[in-house]
Parts: sequence; C-alpha cells; structure tokens
Amino acid sequence: MSPVQFCGLKLGHPIINGSGTFDAIAARRAFGDALDREFPFAAFVSKTITLRPRAGNPPPRLWEASAGLLNSIGLPNRGLDGYLAEDLPELARWLPVPLVTNVMGSTAAEIAQLVQACDAREEIAAVELNVSCPNVQTGLDIGADPDQLEAVVRAVRPSTSKPLIVKLTPNTADVSACARAAQEGGADAVSLINTLRAMALAPGPVNPSRRWLGGGTGGLSGPAIRGVALAQVAAAAERVEIPVIGMGGVQSAAHAQDLLDVGATLVAVGTESFRDPMAGARIARELAFRAA
Amino acid sequence: MGAGTERTLASPHRRLLTVVANERLGAYRVLKVADPDGPVPDPGQFAMLAAAERWGGGEDERPYLARAFSVARVRDGEAHYLLEDIGPGTRRLCALEAGEGLWALGPLGRGFAMPSEGRRALLVGGGVGIAPLAILQDALASAGGGDANANLTESPPPKTGAREQPMPVTVLLGFRDGAHAAGARLLGQARIATDDGSAGHAGLVTDLLVAELERDGHAVVYACGPAPMLEAVRALCAARDVPAQLALEAGMACGFGGCHGCVVPTRGGGYLRICVDGPVIDAAELDRVDEHAGAPA
Repeated sequence: MSPVQFCGLKLGHPIINGSGTFDAIAARRAFGDALDREFPFAAFVSKTITLRPRAGNPPPRLWEASAGLLNSIGLPNRGLDGYLAEDLPELARWLPVPLVTNVMGSTAAEIAQLVQACDAREEIAAVELNVSCPNVQTGLDIGADPDQLEAVVRAVRPSTSKPLIVKLTPNTADVSACARAAQEGGADAVSLINTLRAMALAPGPVNPSRRWLGGGTGGLSGPAIRGVALAQVAAAAERVEIPVIGMGGVQSAAHAQDLLDVGATLVAVGTESFRDPMAGARIARELAFRAA
Repeated sequence: MGAGTERTLASPHRRLLTVVANERLGAYRVLKVADPDGPVPDPGQFAMLAAAERWGGGEDERPYLARAFSVARVRDGEAHYLLEDIGPGTRRLCALEAGEGLWALGPLGRGFAMPSEGRRALLVGGGVGIAPLAILQDALASAGGGDANANLTESPPPKTGAREQPMPVTVLLGFRDGAHAAGARLLGQARIATDDGSAGHAGLVTDLLVAELERDGHAVVYACGPAPMLEAVRALCAARDVPAQLALEAGMACGFGGCHGCVVPTRGGGYLRICVDGPVIDAAELDRVDEHAGAPA
C-alpha cells in the first residue's frame, strides 16, 4: 500500500482504528511486543480522554445485536492527568505509528483545556474531538447541532497547531451540515460515523424497566450500520473540502474501498477488531492487493 | 495469595484450527481441537472461539462476535473446550463436526496462581464453569498433587516427577441435575452436589465447601461457576480468612481489553476488565461478585 498523506502526517496506509475500539496498552498485555512489530493500524486513535477520571457505566455494557454490537461503556478513562503521566510515556516507548488522542468535554472551555494539554505533548500527532457529549446548558449533544458545533470548534481551534479532527455523531438530522460546520469552525478533518443510539431489552425480568444495558441505551456498531455509514460519509464528503475519515461496519477491503470511493481519505476499523485484532492489517493488505 | 501475575502471551493473529472431535459429556459437549502450534495456556486462561463457517446468519442474524471459553485441557497437541448450548454462539460451536474449521485467539487473560504456604487446593466448580478446574487439576497433579486422572475417560498427563510432599487436591462440583452432573467426568475424583438430588449431595456445592473448610481450613479455594455460586464462595472464604481465586466470566466482545465491556466492580470503586485483569481475580479484590460476572447457570 502506498503511503497516505493526512493533514501533514505521512501514514503507511489508509487504515486506522476507530476511537474506543482498540486499547493498545491492554492489547500489549495480551500479545506482548509482537504488537510493536506488526501494529494493525497506520495511526492509533486513543479511547476518549476526559478532564477527570471516569469509571464508566455499570454492567452489563454489551449486547450482541443482529449483525452488530450494542455497547454502553461510558468512556472509562483515567482522566487527562493520568493519561498524560502514565499512558503517553508507555505508548511513546513502543507505539510504532502516530498517536491521535481523542478528547471529550462538556463545555468549550473544558475541551480547550484538553486540547491545549495535548498540544503541549510531542508524543501526540493529532487531536480528535468527541462531540457526542451533551452540552451542560442545553442537554443537547454538542455535535448534533451545526451552529453549536461550529461555535465550539471555533473556540477550541486556537488551542492547538496540531491537526484537529472532529468526530461527528450520526444521531443528528443532517450530518453533512455538521461536517460543514466543523470545517467552518476550523477543523482539519472530520471522522464519522460514531455509533448509532440504540437499545435492547433484557431477555428476562432482570430489572423493572427490562433495559439490558447498565447505561439504559447504548451505541450500535458493526455490519448492521454499514449502509448508514456509507450514506453519511458520502454526504459529509460532498459538503467539505477537508479530509474525511470514514468508518462504520468495515470488515473487508471491499467495505473500506466503498468509503474511499465516496470520498474518505482514511478508513477506520472498529468493531471488526474485536473479532480479529489484526483486522486493520488484513484490510490494509487486501486494499494494497486490489490496487496492485 | 494473589492470582497469577505472569501470563502466557497470545499471538495477535487468530489461528484457523481443525476440530478433531466433538464428544457428548452428559448435557455438555467436549470440543477437541488440533492446536499443535498454539502456546500452552496457563490454567485459567481462555480463548475466543468462532466457527470458520456459518458464524452469523443464524437466529436473529447471530452469532456475530467470537465467544470466550476457558481452556479445559491441553493434551497431545489438542485443546479441549467444554461447551453447553445456551445461545446462538454456543449452539453453532456445539454443532461443529470433526474436520470443520475453528478460529481461535488465545490464550488470553491471567490464570490461576499455584497454592503456597503449604495450603491444600480446593477446587469448586458449578455447571459449565468446571472447565478451567480440569486443566488446573492437571497442573496440580503434574506439580505433585494427587492422581487427577482416576476417571476412566482420560489418559494420564505426563508426570514431571513426584514432589516429596504431594499437594492435596479436593474437587467439589455442583450441577443442576444428573444429566449435567455427568460433566464431572471431565475432572477426576470429584465430589458432586446436584440441585435436584439426582446425583451426589442434594443441595449446593457450597454445602460441601463449608464442610471441607471446617474439616481443614488451611486451603486455597479455586472457583468457577455461576455468579451466585461465586458470591457464596467469596463470602464464606472471606468469613474464614481463606484465600480464594475466582475465575469470572462476562459477555466479552474482544477478549484482549479493547472494548471495556466485561467489567466487574471492585472493592473501593472502579472496575476490572475480566479479559485482561482476570479472568482469575483474587476474591479479596471484590466486595461481592456482580450478578453478571459468572458462568451461565
């Protein structure tokens, strides 16, 4: 596969991971330094980091849906300080690809603080904003409303000179308007789609409401959402000039090629990595073979 | 007594293996898979399994994700897994025939730590959760414990030389009924309890455990089974200051720490991931065993 230019970063191929679908530090506990020698992605996107530590949602956190996965993980992370002090030095020791740090805050000021802290660390190549977070004033997801999204991105943009990626939510009326708003606000790239809001009921009377997931509702991913992802990536790519990272249900090079064909520059593999930790490498290899 | 801190590492590449046999064992199946090149798992480690063909497209378009199974035994280049048909994933695996392909990722997780301080090993299993106790019993036997293979269906493992002081091993297994209790043949010299009294002690396996601990409490308890059983084991070991290592289970998407889905709440707040921090967890790390953190009942 020929290298890909993305926001000034030179990547070995166009396949990266979706945030929250691969934990490089945990994977190295399971697989050892074999992971350094053949890391499955051309860049590594971290789980979402928040200002303060989060334990995450109570179990159960997973439900196998029809051709997909429903999750309600709740963004567990050790908080910005823990991430900077512990995760970054470890990743810097062995991670063989550029690191993208995904952050989330509930106000523009909080997001700016997170982005500023990332800007100061040379281990981080780019920053991705998770805007699927309710605004503390309005209760609406920051990324679901184009005007609000543009204002937040504009406020945060001066906090870093590193590439700034906005991870769009699919749970909105018009994702292409949100993509456009991110660009207008100063984003260097957009990534989509995040998981689709979904729910499952427990098979038995586990709790009075019968909601299976500890968090009540969750996000749907996997092959079940592939068609939605393709439509949303195509719509976003038509409305922006900045690069698009496409994702959603990618299991093969053919699926990745579809997203590239509708305008994505990079493709992220998510849930498929749960089934096969080397899925990213396999898809990149298959893409190169198709291109040859 | 902490659970094992070292672990046998897996390759990040899934291995495409061939099913050698799928044998009935009471209400269970024992899936025997040729895995000559796989790393030898530590007792308590697990693998993520998925049929190479017809995985997906079943009831409700499932199964989709691989399923986590403790390695029940390794012998002669084969890995054995104990299966019970409880859903679309286990149903497909239970239907595998000799010659069919199986994707396996593993061994994963952190297994059991061997007994120390001269403590005897008390193995307590419930239902399909008896699986990791079989490979543990093999390991204890080859480390000098009693004859783990007094049953008729398995040949003895290679002995690495008897120790001067054999490590006493007691095996207590609980099942819902006689058909399931036939699964006890996976281990040797097991004492059995059944809920319906159709085999062995009529009652809970923890009844047997209480009697054993009262007889001689200088023990370490190794347990795997449904969450209520594990919680009872945890509580009665805690009350007697007996160390216990619990092999937990939960729905898992990946098995290597990626999804943060298979968590169990820990003492003092926060969660452990069963797949990378366990599946064997020191009971002292838990206030209680979460209702979702056990083997299928």
